[in-house]
Amino acid sequence: MSLLETLGFGSTGWGGLLLIGALTTLAVTIASLAVGAVLGTLVAWAKLTGPRPIAYLGDAYTTVFRGVPELLVIYLVYFGGSHAVTSVGKMMGVEGFLGLPSFLAGALAVGVISGAYQAEVYRGAFLAVVPGEIEAARAIGMSKWLRFRRIVAPQVMRFALPGLGNVWQLSLKDSALVSVTGLAELMRTSQVAAGSTHQYFLFYIVGGCLYLVLTSFSDRAFGAAEARIGKTFRGGLGRA
Amino acid sequence: MDIAFLSDTIRKLLGALPTTLGLFFLSIGFGGLLALGIVWMRVSGIFVLERFARAYVFIFRGSPLMIQMFLVYYGLGQFPAVRHSLFWPLLREPFACAVISLALCTAGYTAEIFRGGLMAVPGREIEAARATGMSGFLLLRRIIGPIALRQALPSYSTEIVLMVKSTALASLVTVWEVTGVAQRIISQSYRTMEVFLCAAAIYLILNFVIVRAIGLLEYRLSRHRRAVRTAPAPLAATPGEAS
Repeated sequence: MSLLETLGFGSTGWGGLLLIGALTTLAVTIASLAVGAVLGTLVAWAKLTGPRPIAYLGDAYTTVFRGVPELLVIYLVYFGGSHAVTSVGKMMGVEGFLGLPSFLAGALAVGVISGAYQAEVYRGAFLAVVPGEIEAARAIGMSKWLRFRRIVAPQVMRFALPGLGNVWQLSLKDSALVSVTGLAELMRTSQVAAGSTHQYFLFYIVGGCLYLVLTSFSDRAFGAAEARIGKTFRGGLGRA
Repeated sequence: MDIAFLSDTIRKLLGALPTTLGLFFLSIGFGGLLALGIVWMRVSGIFVLERFARAYVFIFRGSPLMIQMFLVYYGLGQFPAVRHSLFWPLLREPFACAVISLALCTAGYTAEIFRGGLMAVPGREIEAARATGMSGFLLLRRIIGPIALRQALPSYSTEIVLMVKSTALASLVTVWEVTGVAQRIISQSYRTMEVFLCAAAIYLILNFVIVRAIGLLEYRLSRHRRAVRTAPAPLAATPGEAS
């Protein structure tokens, strides 16, 4: 079989499956970014303004999930989640092992890790907001929520963008580890293709190249977004 | 809480710790050496070498370590030329393959960190050294090297922690390090949370020790930047004593 046929989109080619795999990788990463954004905001809030026990909990969260191997977190979520689903199933009268859907498990696991990094990004971005602006908003009588919506959130989002770009790249690469749960994303598809054609070298190179396309494309996208946001800062160097 | 199970798990996981440490130190060592070579190419000013260094960093930082590791372990063995070569006894071993791919990958990240340190060396210090007659290797050894190292240390400690975490991937090419053993215990006992906590504790302590060691090194290297310790000042008289 020729190279073109192996990698093509025909009935014997792996091109289509690899593309679907790349899209699944993208979908897992987007889902995990969303999960991480929710968790990260909560944890950042806990670390910044929460009462002491909750702040310690936030510290523990970011320490554990930034310091423990990603693979271990994926095992925790996948096996732990499946265990929970199985026991719920038993209560409802369904016998046997029920697995957590691998897309859900993957997005949750990578999201939990991304949440720990995002919490630090948001915390740093919040601390970069000049206190004077918050005081000024309070002085003209803005309520807490209005202050957050009009003054804090827009600036935090701008300051957080470069950090979020890094988190995105980390999550994109972490999503390859989700392949251990059997989810047919790019890594898993490359593995299956390599195994069934015995063209290991070829398919890992092709898979790696597709990852490079994804990472360099998102690098460009974040660079463009940063350039666009940079225009809104006066004086060019962060702020006037 | 099943103490017997926990202590048994910890014992099994600690049994795999030497493998994790071996992977870590070997890949950090080889990766660091490789990174030095890449930085040298990157700042050499020779177009071809500079391009190569840029491409190297782009490839190894832009793709997941897992696919790099599989490429080395499964991919290279596909070719008869490799299987009959001098390197086969090495490339046949999962441990060696894991070290090779970890070192290749970390070299890409470390090269950028070292380059950042190098760029942070103030030009006037180099000028001063040249003015006193230092050049070539002496300049590198006495002035550029120590300053660059100190500037790079904080980001390097982040990379080191990432490497401790990355050694877990070796379990996917059948090297039984801590995460691999943890996974095996989980699939035998179905007690995910307990095993996770034991393994997490081991990694967190390991990271803590390594970060502390680097912090200590940084402290030692920046001795000249701290205020000079003068003779203890005479104790200020407390209000009650003045009589």
